[in-house]
Amino acid sequence: MSNVPSDLKYTKTHEWLRTLPDGTVEVGITDHAQHALGDLVFVEVPETGRKLSAGEPFAVVESVKAASDVYSPVAGEVIAGNPGLAAEPEAINSDAYGKGWLMRLRPAAAAAPSLLTPAEYQKLIAEEGG
Amino acid sequence: MVDFGGWDMPLQYGSQIAEHHAVRRGAGVFDVSHMCIVDLEGARVRPFLLGLLANDVGKLKASGKALYGCMLNETGGVIDDLIVYFLDESRFRAVVNAGTRDKDLAWMRQHAARFGVELRERTDLAMLAVQGPEARGKAASLMSPTGAPAALALEPFFGREIDGWFIARTGYTGEDGFEIMLPATAAERVWKALNATGVLSCGLGARDTLRLEAGMNLYGNDMDESTHPFESGLGWTVALEPPGRAFVGREALEAIRARGPQRKLVGLLLSDRGVLRAHQRVLLADAGAGEITSGTFSPTLERSIALARVPAAAGERVQVDIRGKLHDARIVRPPFVRHGKALVS
Repeated sequence: MSNVPSDLKYTKTHEWLRTLPDGTVEVGITDHAQHALGDLVFVEVPETGRKLSAGEPFAVVESVKAASDVYSPVAGEVIAGNPGLAAEPEAINSDAYGKGWLMRLRPAAAAAPSLLTPAEYQKLIAEEGG
Repeated sequence: MVDFGGWDMPLQYGSQIAEHHAVRRGAGVFDVSHMCIVDLEGARVRPFLLGLLANDVGKLKASGKALYGCMLNETGGVIDDLIVYFLDESRFRAVVNAGTRDKDLAWMRQHAARFGVELRERTDLAMLAVQGPEARGKAASLMSPTGAPAALALEPFFGREIDGWFIARTGYTGEDGFEIMLPATAAERVWKALNATGVLSCGLGARDTLRLEAGMNLYGNDMDESTHPFESGLGWTVALEPPGRAFVGREALEAIRARGPQRKLVGLLLSDRGVLRAHQRVLLADAGAGEITSGTFSPTLERSIALARVPAAAGERVQVDIRGKLHDARIVRPPFVRHGKALVS
């Protein structure tokens, strides 16, 4: 059974989004995703200042099994990529919602995109057998 | 769990990388019961094998001694790689790959007929590979007061029946250890007993990263019926001496050797981050090209490594096309790791 925290939003492509008190957001990949990938060995995070559209690939996570693109849940500007992941990519495996955060973003002032609630994401992964 | 040659097997029990390190630093156990154990029996087993295998069972004189080599087809292509144990003049044991089981048994039966040799597939046996610097000691700790010292006295590449188990000092990891062939009914109990002594359960993922670090081939990836031993890094397993020993594929290999093989199997080490994977294109400076046959991330080196089939004239520097971008890589001679230490920098 994968961990799906109740205070986050999710995407169909297995990213999570946390809204921080100052209105910026933190993004990563879910527990379900890290489990499917296996031990991560390389992670490429985006550079500060990069502008992203909703759904645009912004990072690559690579395990022994496969390399996978990670997609931005919302449009915005990157304010930080997680610097710790270069030396410790496995933080995503052990702490996908904490130390394993991939980037922090200032969302663009546009209409809120359709993200999944925890219950909707639970249903999605149950259907995928996770 | 994944389907491996028709068998349901785990990729990992916990963390694949932790399982890999356990074998390099301590001990791990693999369920390799999918492999096919065949006993070959009859008065003329030795002549049968002398004509069947590209390596020379004439080298096997001491009871229990093992030999690694290939069965070839008439054009010199590799049908399978296998280990053969000499037990006595009327009995040898062979261990062949799971994925090629049907093909191998049919081929062996066809060639065995005129020697009157019987093939007995040992489906009553399971096989556990206990590997790592602490493996032999921990496995022996489960044996009887007479069995344990007998097992520990086994020399590398020897197998013996001890306490009802056939214990071979062989493996597919580049570490010391045993491959234990035992009654299938005892396998689960022995597995749990090994865990209790501190031997970690290890899956297919670690098996692959370990064998590739050790420079060991995987049939189906690094060689198959369309490739011959000299272009598969297996020239060392072909015994063309003595010149009088006829074996299936000999003429083809002699012709290939005379012309000079066009391709070779080499090791690759990726300088940057990234993972080399099977089927990626390898580009040489002088516009020749090759292909990766096996690739992975090496947990010991913390870099990606691969085996690749490239033109025979390839030098040291190549580039690999990874998802549309060219990355620099270096040709190195496997193995990449031995006894836990990196052999390449």
